[in-house]
Amino acid sequence: MADSEHNEPRLDPVTGYKTTGHDWDGIEELNHPLPRWWLWIFYACIAWSVVYWFIFPAWPLVWSATGGLIGWNSRTAVDQEVAALETNRGPMIDRLTSTEIAAIKDDPELLDFTRAYGSIAFKENCAPCHGAGGGGSKGYPNLIDDDWLWGGSIDNIGHTIAYGVRNDNADSRYSEMPAFGRDGLLSGAEIREVVYYVRSLAELPVPSSADLTAGAEIYARDCASCHGEAGTGDQELGAPNLTDAIWLYGSDTADMIATVTNARNSSMPAWGERLDPTTVKALTFYVHNLGGGD
Amino acid sequence: MSLWERHKIFETNSLVLFFGALVVIAIGGIVEIVPLFYLKNTIETVDGVRPYTPLELAGRNIYVREGCYNCHSQMVRSLRDEVERYGHYSLAAESMYDRPFQWGSKRTGPDLARVGGKYSDTWHLDHLNAPSSVVPSTVMPAYPWLAETELDIRYIGEDLIVQQTLGVPYTDEMIETARRDAVTQGTLDALDSDGLLERYPNANIRDFTGTVAATGRLTEADALIAYLQSLGTAIDFNLYDDSANIR
Repeated sequence: MADSEHNEPRLDPVTGYKTTGHDWDGIEELNHPLPRWWLWIFYACIAWSVVYWFIFPAWPLVWSATGGLIGWNSRTAVDQEVAALETNRGPMIDRLTSTEIAAIKDDPELLDFTRAYGSIAFKENCAPCHGAGGGGSKGYPNLIDDDWLWGGSIDNIGHTIAYGVRNDNADSRYSEMPAFGRDGLLSGAEIREVVYYVRSLAELPVPSSADLTAGAEIYARDCASCHGEAGTGDQELGAPNLTDAIWLYGSDTADMIATVTNARNSSMPAWGERLDPTTVKALTFYVHNLGGGD
Repeated sequence: MSLWERHKIFETNSLVLFFGALVVIAIGGIVEIVPLFYLKNTIETVDGVRPYTPLELAGRNIYVREGCYNCHSQMVRSLRDEVERYGHYSLAAESMYDRPFQWGSKRTGPDLARVGGKYSDTWHLDHLNAPSSVVPSTVMPAYPWLAETELDIRYIGEDLIVQQTLGVPYTDEMIETARRDAVTQGTLDALDSDGLLERYPNANIRDFTGTVAATGRLTEADALIAYLQSLGTAIDFNLYDDSANIR
């Protein structure tokens, strides 16, 4: 590249602008100024920033930062916004708080509100496990059928939501199925026998070679105390009904053997520790109304 | 030459431009960053925040290793919608023992600042193994190797030393007991749970994956779930006074 030269800027007769004075092999550069409108807006922004320094929190000083003339800060702002929200929906929240769940359906306006409020809370807090529509998945109970582990009445659903299942809360639902195989309470052959017997209770296919009498004896000794002699379960203990077609952890023989071997003691958080009582109430109503509430 | 044409000095001398830029950036840093270390109204005092337990720290290292921060923030901003959804906005004190912090700047997935205790351990395990098995619409990739890989706790004490060097108040006792504490918290061996709780109040001690008893080993999933279940649980916001740190 040839040396560039520095000349005095000169007026370019064609464009009417001055050159920068740079000269590369006879090619010169125009000193084309920024558009005036742009430049003035730029200056105006700088001037506004000075005003801004005084109105809003801005400059750090020795011990603290300037707080601004209007006393704004983001934490107060969000507190005010939340307070405005509470004022706005407060009357409906109060109505929900003071209304018995069974009476919500008699108040159409409150019914709409509770459904919407419960639906939002459900999507954020419950849907990750129980599914967006409440259909559940393997290991996570379906809430839209009428099969309930811990009871499907309004009170029972409310208690389960507020205190959860098998967690640290003192009032949580609690029961523990023994790990019959892992802890050596039953041998592999015995587990197979009892699984075949349970399958026969649920009218699931059982190989013709299965010894159902032996299975029935094991069942009566080790399982009936919680699941009932007929296998219909016990909602007080969260013991599922073994005679229906609903299998939370799968109805394959292998799944059922795994269940008896290692037990399945799943847990659910105590939502009363995280959500306020009115939200728990709305959730209770919402879940009860998903389709299967008793 | 008028004052407005003096920029020519910078534009025609690269060294002058370099030092000029350096001075401007230095002023920006001194004005915007340095005061945060001493200004009273940027430092808050909050009860309950403790350094991570060794197991949680190991989980945090996995969180960083797998790049979780690329899709998950850990910062509930002080905006109404976020406070409504996630709970109390994050306090600076809550990440004061994070080296480096995991605030993140992108949310493909939800914010995790308050995920601790929100879901069951089983859910976390299922979700890490195959996210779409529990959340069908998710775009999160699966991390099945976490539950298969044994957690390497050989250098867990060194991890604490690094954090201590960076200013996290781990005591020498904590460093000495680090490996024991990790094994105790994950219930691989109930060595010293009282000591663990004394050193790290409110630590969750349990079999996070439910497989420790059967397999006799801690996995990376145990550590990661221990970490996730601790997030945002340090401060009891029923007792926290919002106005205390507004100055």
